[in-house]
Order: sequence, then C-alpha cells, then structure tokens
Amino acid sequence: MRNFLEISLNHPAHYITFGPFSVSAGNLSIIIAMMVIFTLALFMPFPNHEDHKVKGSKK
Amino acid sequence: MSEKISWTGRVRSATLEKFEPEDLLPDHQPAYVASWIYVFGVATLAAFVMLIASGLYLTLEGPAWWHTSSVGHYVNSVHLWSVELFFVFMVVHLWGKFWMAAWRGRRLATWITGCLAFFTSIITGFTGYIIQSNFDSQWISTQAKDGFNAMGIGAFFNTLNTGQAILLHVSLLPLVLGAIVVWHVILVRRRGVVPPIEVGGE
Repeated sequence: MRNFLEISLNHPAHYITFGPFSVSAGNLSIIIAMMVIFTLALFMPFPNHEDHKVKGSKK
Repeated sequence: MSEKISWTGRVRSATLEKFEPEDLLPDHQPAYVASWIYVFGVATLAAFVMLIASGLYLTLEGPAWWHTSSVGHYVNSVHLWSVELFFVFMVVHLWGKFWMAAWRGRRLATWITGCLAFFTSIITGFTGYIIQSNFDSQWISTQAKDGFNAMGIGAFFNTLNTGQAILLHVSLLPLVLGAIVVWHVILVRRRGVVPPIEVGGE
C-alpha cells in the first residue's frame, strides 16, 4: 500500500510552456521557492540584531 | 630575523602574516551582518557537511543497500535533500552577493572562488545523478552522452562509463570542491564579509 506522502514519479514530467520557453513544474516550483526565500531574507527582521552590534561599527 | 631561514620557517612566517587568528576565527561581526541574507553562505556549508556525511555512508554500503533497505532509503534521501538544499542555499547566496556587488574591496578572488565552487558543484551533482543506478540515471547518462559528444568532451568523459562517473563523484570532485570551498572561506575570513553598498561605498 502506498504511503500518502509518497509521490509517484512513474509518469512523464509536467511541463509548463510560455511561447519558446519550457520548464518542468518541479524546476519552476524550486525557482519560485528560491525567489520567495531571497525576498524574505531581505525583508524579514533578524532576531536579536541589537546584540550583534559591535564596538567600532559604523552604524 | 635570520637571513638563512628554512622553507618551513618562510611558510610559517608568511602564513602567520597573511592569516591572523583574529581574522580566521572572529568573535565579532559588523552590525550589517545581522541580516538573513548573510546566513545563506553558512547554510550552504551546513548542507555540504550533510552531503559529505551521508555520501560517506552511501559509499560504505553501496547501491544494493540504498535501493533495498529502509535505512538505505533514508540515507539516500538525506543525500538527495542535502543536495537540493545545498543548491537552493548556494543560489540564494549567489543572488545576495551579486546584488551586493560582493567583489568590491579587493574581494575579486572571493567572488571567483565562489563561481568555481558553483560550477564544480554542478559537475559533482551531475555525476551523482548518473550513478544512482536506476532508470533515472540510465536516462540522464544516455541523453547527456550526445550533448557531451557534441561539445567535444566525450573523448575525456563518457557518461555511460559508470566506473569513471563513480570515481569522479566519490573521489576527485569532492576533493576539488572541498579544496575550493576551504579556499573561499579562508578568503572570506581574510577580506571580511562584504558590507552593503550604502555602507561600503565604492
């Protein structure tokens, strides 16, 4: 019996096509995830940032 | 200083001069480092350590084990997800450093060793995909063969030569990648973490 968490890869990959560009759904989701992580890393506050300030720092 | 110093003495002097302990193992960082965007380099390193550890385990036990036993499936999955995270963290690290123009302030060698690590990782990852010893690796290696032949690389690297691919993946490439990563980290420590453009100017 298959576990509900198992993903069957026993079929051709799903592809998304935009004109001449084609990308598999798996690769596109990884690219989108990386862009989301990058954006969050830029704007999310870093914990305890006051503790990291050091003597001699320009800020 | 003695005029006739031995080569070991010269290496020691040069090493101590270029790599001061305070630079190699700093206990303070500038305030601008307190940002999530500065976390992805060390996250890539952490994923690399997991890759090496799980890879060593897979090397000890072999394909029959990782295809059939539950522990083998688990360690194989740890190796796969470590490489997925390794590349995700490395790409986010690359984007962050690119938009920060991280080659500023005599950090060009740091940038170049990072690029070398990225390209070596791609080759190492590729050789890993073609030694999974399943239908996926068979498909990838047979398709890649034509591409490599078209580029003229087929004379040196035959993707259907499993023995060559295994040795590249578990021996040569991890050593080369490990050396580049160590070099990159030493350069980061020597030159310091790049400041944001509004702080560093240039």
